[in-house]
Amino acid sequence: MTADRLLRAGAGLKPEHQRHILEARPDVGWFEVHAENYMGAGGPPHHFLERVRALYPLSVHGVGLSIGSANGMAPGHLGRLKSVVDRYQPFIVSEHLAWSTHEGTFLNDLLPLPYTEATLSLVARHVDEAQTVLGRTILIENPSTYLRFDGEEMPETDFLRALARRSGCGLLLDVNNVVVSAANHGFDPRAYLECFPHEHVGEIHLAGHAVLESDGDALYVDTHDRTISAEVWSLFRDVIARRGVRPTLIEWDADVPAWPDLEAEVQRAQSILQTAGGLDARAA
Amino acid sequence: MPAQPDGSGLADLQHRFAHAVLQAPLAVPDGIRHDVRPTRERRFGVYRNNVKASLAAALAARFPVVERLVGDEFFTAMALVFIERHPPRSPVLAEYGTAFANFLEGFDPAADLPYLPDIARLEWSRHVAFHSADASAADIGRLAELPPEALGSVRLGLHPAMAVIASPWPIVSVWTTNTHDATPEAPAADWTGETALVTRPHLDVLVQRLPPGADLLVAELAQGVALSAAAEAASRTHDSFDLATALATLFGAGAITTLSQGSSS
Repeated sequence: MTADRLLRAGAGLKPEHQRHILEARPDVGWFEVHAENYMGAGGPPHHFLERVRALYPLSVHGVGLSIGSANGMAPGHLGRLKSVVDRYQPFIVSEHLAWSTHEGTFLNDLLPLPYTEATLSLVARHVDEAQTVLGRTILIENPSTYLRFDGEEMPETDFLRALARRSGCGLLLDVNNVVVSAANHGFDPRAYLECFPHEHVGEIHLAGHAVLESDGDALYVDTHDRTISAEVWSLFRDVIARRGVRPTLIEWDADVPAWPDLEAEVQRAQSILQTAGGLDARAA
Repeated sequence: MPAQPDGSGLADLQHRFAHAVLQAPLAVPDGIRHDVRPTRERRFGVYRNNVKASLAAALAARFPVVERLVGDEFFTAMALVFIERHPPRSPVLAEYGTAFANFLEGFDPAADLPYLPDIARLEWSRHVAFHSADASAADIGRLAELPPEALGSVRLGLHPAMAVIASPWPIVSVWTTNTHDATPEAPAADWTGETALVTRPHLDVLVQRLPPGADLLVAELAQGVALSAAAEAASRTHDSFDLATALATLFGAGAITTLSQGSSS
């Protein structure tokens, strides 16, 4: 039963919904939280998360470790992350292929990295350190990016494959990030997914994005503030049908809707997982 | 980008990138591809905006009454100045804003609202109380259970979420009217100062006025001073200090967690 539940669709846990979730106990597979929201000593965040955790499996998604910082990960942060992980015993722990801290200053965003051998060595070393301290495998997420650098040496999919092989980490495939980056850099998201090392994927993220038009040019921005686009749903359906079922999360972090709207997105992902899972079962 | 095996090329790039993100007038750093449309200025602008807008939103959520008193646009402009001067030092965003009240003290464009920094202190204390450690509040009935001879030497332990903000301005009145009333209202010129007590006995953060002298009582109790000595210190400074009223307020708000006898540490 538990294993089934972990292959289901889950939702990001938002403070707006937690009372309702505890009362109504909706039929969703699991919840995910941002680790950094649970690094305080006490209060309502821990009060509600403890109760939700008693009812549902939990995934902890870090957004502040700064695994790609050349001058070292965010000081003291790995210890804080370990406290959250030890306390809540999540079935997945994940972080991002990005950086956000420089010389002790925290730039509250997931900033892009140049894909070079030097970056790969650095990130692999940091992932190894994180996995050693946490005592478990973590998943690293492909980012949404808005610019690329001069002198890059490999595509993102090769970088992620090499990172997984070198550090033993798993990957979190964010299909919306693929669509956002593909639009911003002019590549085909299906070709990207064709090259993606799916054998390392332990979780999938789905979210909404914005399209900012100016002077005839469009930039896609990863906003997590709306429903998931038709293109993302279509790519997700293909990935699941061809590569197998993965625990899948709906992320909705800004302009958070009433619970039924978020639950509808979760159920839509769930039905895609079930259809593909059913096909798998018949084939086996 | 010069890709060097020791990663120093990446360190240089991140140094330039970080400064250009925070300092709006700085040009887009070298090393970013420019042979593509949209322009690299627009692309870099997404990161600049993500960083600044998310931090300004975090401050607005943390200081809603300050925002209401100065208006949305003014608050955002003020927040952007603060963010440039005091960027976050931790990825735990809940810790961001501790310097905001002191920043407001020296922010000339807001000088016509002299109570603004103390309102910010009150809102920051509420935010800290929300995330602070949990503890069970003691009932005032436990004082009555003590034998009379033990009352004076009892030491009262303060709740970790408790904070006291003394102000020459009526900060509790200003905060209350701008939190619960439809129309924001500035304090009248002759209003007197108020001392705010912030507590979180369970899930909800509470704000109330402390009676005169009670802040001195709390300061003494926080030092581990026994109740009678703490009350004497408060009475010496405030003629109108009333111990029974002060204790009723403190216990009622869940500010006290423990009653103990014995020497202070």
